[in-house]
Amino acid sequence: MSAKSISIRELAEVIRSKNAGPYELTLDIIFKSEEIFDRVVASKYITPERIADLYSIPVKNIMSFVEFAPAKAIKITFERPGVGGDIGDNDVYGAQQHAPLLSLNIPWN
Amino acid sequence: MSSKDKVVVLSTTAILGYGFPISSFEEGMKRNPDVLAVDAGSTDPGPYYLGAGVSFTDSQAVKRDLSIMLKAGRERSIPVIVGTAGGSGADAHLDWCLEIIHEIAKEESLSFKMAVIHAEIDKALLLERLEAGDIIPLPPGEPLSREELEAATRVVGQMGLEPFVEALKAGADVIIAGRSYDPVVFAAYPIWKGFDPGLALHMGKILECASIASLPGSGSDCMLGVLSKDFFELEPMNQSRRCTTTSVAAHTLYEKTNPVILPGPGGVLNLEKTTFEQVNERVVRVSGTTFVPADIYTIKLEGARLVGYRTVSIAGARDPVFIEKIDQIISGVRERVQDNFRELDGKYQLLFKLYGRDGVMGDLEPEKDKIAHELGIVIEAVAQNQELADTICSFTRSTMLHFGFPGRLATAGNLAFPYSPSDFTAGEVYQFAVHHLIKVEDPRELFPLSFEEVGGKEE
Repeated sequence: MSAKSISIRELAEVIRSKNAGPYELTLDIIFKSEEIFDRVVASKYITPERIADLYSIPVKNIMSFVEFAPAKAIKITFERPGVGGDIGDNDVYGAQQHAPLLSLNIPWN
Repeated sequence: MSSKDKVVVLSTTAILGYGFPISSFEEGMKRNPDVLAVDAGSTDPGPYYLGAGVSFTDSQAVKRDLSIMLKAGRERSIPVIVGTAGGSGADAHLDWCLEIIHEIAKEESLSFKMAVIHAEIDKALLLERLEAGDIIPLPPGEPLSREELEAATRVVGQMGLEPFVEALKAGADVIIAGRSYDPVVFAAYPIWKGFDPGLALHMGKILECASIASLPGSGSDCMLGVLSKDFFELEPMNQSRRCTTTSVAAHTLYEKTNPVILPGPGGVLNLEKTTFEQVNERVVRVSGTTFVPADIYTIKLEGARLVGYRTVSIAGARDPVFIEKIDQIISGVRERVQDNFRELDGKYQLLFKLYGRDGVMGDLEPEKDKIAHELGIVIEAVAQNQELADTICSFTRSTMLHFGFPGRLATAGNLAFPYSPSDFTAGEVYQFAVHHLIKVEDPRELFPLSFEEVGGKEE
């Protein structure tokens, strides 16, 4: 790739996952500055489609995708693959499902 | 007491029993709070606690926090409010919390008028309401079936602010409530005093997690909320923390589906016009949030049902040949177990978690092909009774330990057990079974309120 890109780890100050109730999982990416947030939003790199692809889930399972300027944050909520604490669940609090986001590289020209 | 143009609410800790530094609490008391409030519960720890009627917090830790709050509340004659008592807020949890309160009152010679608000709803009543069409699905969930409702061990409703306001009007010194919508525990008092519900509820949304919305964040430290007519201000009571516009705005994201539309009992909190201003280094002012009442008042129901009994065995593997063939080995072990206990087919579930591959993320794991040089293996059996779960887990463990596979060089054993005994009886397994809304005419109708004079009257 000739285009420059930058790891999301350099751009964000918080990247986390958590249950939003036992039926939903929510991802928060809070950027370091308004300028960075605006640039990431303008790049249109983080989309419901890309998140769905990253987590191997259908796009229709993404219940909410919000770019929230007051917090310099992008927030994505999707249906949990299983309800929290069900037999076969791996993460009752949903607090360790953010890891794939750390591999994102945002186009940065 | 503070003047009438503002209400001061002190939130001691994110969950009753998580603790707080006494110095932060004392700083909070210097601000002359009108009310001390705390949220005592969450669904995050999973369905077991609601289903089994057990608290996920420790009784000594809860007693420590409550004792400090009750003593201070009585000294100043200000109300102390606890929501979602006992962690899940069903009757068993409420009783557990009340027992602790009686102990404290006795030991500290405290006397007060206590309001107790129940949130566990009788299943016969719910079945009637289901028939009447009052129970509706909560997207993305499905409609509730009669069978699911009947199977639930316990069902609670998340009460809104009305039962709290009724208790305050009646002069309660202490309010102990079952399952409650977290923000109302903090918002009820200011709303009773005539303050804006949108701002009061938004302030409650933040105070329910105490100092998590500050920098550095903490779920075990005090946060102060001061509500005025057109805005509220937040200040962490530990001088080493501060609120910033980002820390507070970011907190509105926390554990929510959508940060600007927050549905709750009786309406929706709208943050589309909310602004966050830095007042000084440690204080943030929030304004613009509105509460939009719903046409129909609904209460969220939560229920859990018993689905079996669990036994687990924990082991590790380091042999590269074994790790390479792990999928083949697991299917071989499964076949052996199934064949050995043919008569038990369909009466148990056998699961394997592989840490070092996809133990944390399961189907969501994007890097399924990567496997570590050692694996943590959790063998899990869930069955109709504990004996059967023990049997299946034990047999699976011994089968896997000595399982032969092509290319095996290490013929003495495939697994490294860190413990003896290697298997752990984990007990009852529950599942969230009800997650629906119920329409109500009166927001208080499902939440019986009673009063009790605690402690003697002697001075």
